[in-house]
Amino acid sequence: MTRGELMAYLVIVAVVLLLAFAVPKPISFSTTVSYIIVGFIALVLLIIFVRTIQGNMVGRRIVFLFVGMAVILPLFMTISQPIPLSPEVKQVYDAVVALKPGSKVLVSFDYDPPSAPELQPMAETFFRLCLSRDLKIVIMGLWPQGPQQAEIAMRKTLEYPEIASKNLRYGIDYVNLGFQTGNEFVIQRMGGDFKSMFPTDLNGTAYDSLPLVRNVRNFSNIDYAFHLSAGYPGTVEWVQVAVDRYGLKMGAGNTAVQTTQMYPYLRARQLVGLLGGLNGAAEFERAADMIGKATKFMVSQSFSHIIVIAFIIIGNAAFFLGDKSRKRKQEAAGGGH
Amino acid sequence: MRREIPLLITAIVGIFFVLQYFIPHPPFNRLNGWFSDWFSIIGACAIWLGALNLIRISADKIYRKRSDWGFSVVIILSFLLIVVIGFKEGRDFRNPGSGFDWLYNFIYTPLSATMFALLAFFVASASYRAFRARNLEASLLLVAAFLVMLGRVPVGDAIGVSLGLPETNISKVAVWIMNTINTAGQRAILIGIALGVVSTSLRIILGIERSYLGSE
Repeated sequence: MTRGELMAYLVIVAVVLLLAFAVPKPISFSTTVSYIIVGFIALVLLIIFVRTIQGNMVGRRIVFLFVGMAVILPLFMTISQPIPLSPEVKQVYDAVVALKPGSKVLVSFDYDPPSAPELQPMAETFFRLCLSRDLKIVIMGLWPQGPQQAEIAMRKTLEYPEIASKNLRYGIDYVNLGFQTGNEFVIQRMGGDFKSMFPTDLNGTAYDSLPLVRNVRNFSNIDYAFHLSAGYPGTVEWVQVAVDRYGLKMGAGNTAVQTTQMYPYLRARQLVGLLGGLNGAAEFERAADMIGKATKFMVSQSFSHIIVIAFIIIGNAAFFLGDKSRKRKQEAAGGGH
Repeated sequence: MRREIPLLITAIVGIFFVLQYFIPHPPFNRLNGWFSDWFSIIGACAIWLGALNLIRISADKIYRKRSDWGFSVVIILSFLLIVVIGFKEGRDFRNPGSGFDWLYNFIYTPLSATMFALLAFFVASASYRAFRARNLEASLLLVAAFLVMLGRVPVGDAIGVSLGLPETNISKVAVWIMNTINTAGQRAILIGIALGVVSTSLRIILGIERSYLGSE
């Protein structure tokens, strides 16, 4: 690390600390200020574009700076945007609202904190929707940190007034069976007997002592499953074992990078609904009319996509103009001979 | 015998798992449970093995003072800290307000999310430097990427409207690309992978493919 880099890091830390302690309340830009900021960023991008045409390519640090601004600044803006509802997200919502009160829903948490910004809002909205409709939730995880993420989501969900007023009880209305190692073998064994894979829940309570799952033997006792996935083992394994072999009705929520792989299963109706990335989470919040974190973060996502597109256009402009000027120089050199 | 016994175990377990898929009746279903339990036990042991191996490699790096050995000190200290706190708090270690819960929520989660968030910066930088419309295929990919990137965020439709397109048209185009073009490509990849898995599995079960045993 050079002295300059160290200084830059120290300045960033100092600014963050200053913001954290010196600012008395959360910063929020008015709509006018927000649009002025957006206009200013657009103007700077235009200047970069013109300079690129003139042959001055910007370095990657400038790209990083713009992406950073595109992600951070919208968090303070008061810009709202209409969120269209895609058919795959509506499928998940329709599947949940079609369930009768008391139906059992299995939710598998197969992700860890790095994917939480995308998947945690899905989990929270799904829990809130299920509990508000008096559905019973059985939680499990094939990733070690999954059940912990479920605990965080459930804690937050239980704080909503409409959910808190129901006085839901652990073991009767929801249960967390915890983590089990073994990847797709766990799913396969659950097809025969849940208890063999989860003899106790997350807190060590015996399976048979939990009223909610006492009579749940295998997937045939589950009315709908929702799977949150960030990799392996994930939705693919659940589809191949639980859906294909045991006929489980299942929807999924995936990180954006993984979503593209799920469309064949969606088209084959092996998946009943799919939430893809933060956008899927925001659409689900809209479908359930439970606006939360994902909808707010979508402004950042919109800005960052625009910035990436803008820089790809700038990069291509530089490529084509550079190519033209190279050809011109070659022709001039050839003419001289 | 050092090679024959593992080959025999692999062949028996491989053939058994193929059979149990098609015959879910005794004795296959019972044996399936037995083998699956063994898989879970070995998996649980592998977690410990992985953790101990991490400690061994990090300790070796510190002992030999290899480059960036300071990070290995952080690894070992963090590992010990979370293990000690986890064991000390017993079964309640996940409860709100516990030391483990605090470390998980305020240290582990933000650090992990930060690492994942770096992806956005690298994707942007890499796209800027390498995503070029050099030929027809690359141009098609570029156009599809633009439409999906715009269609997957609400601002895409707003841009479409400002360009005179009907509302939600860009998002519909993105859904069509994902549902039709992407699905066709993904299916082709999946079929290819499946055929590869079947042939490799057969080679392993029949003992033709032996690289997993390591060198002599």
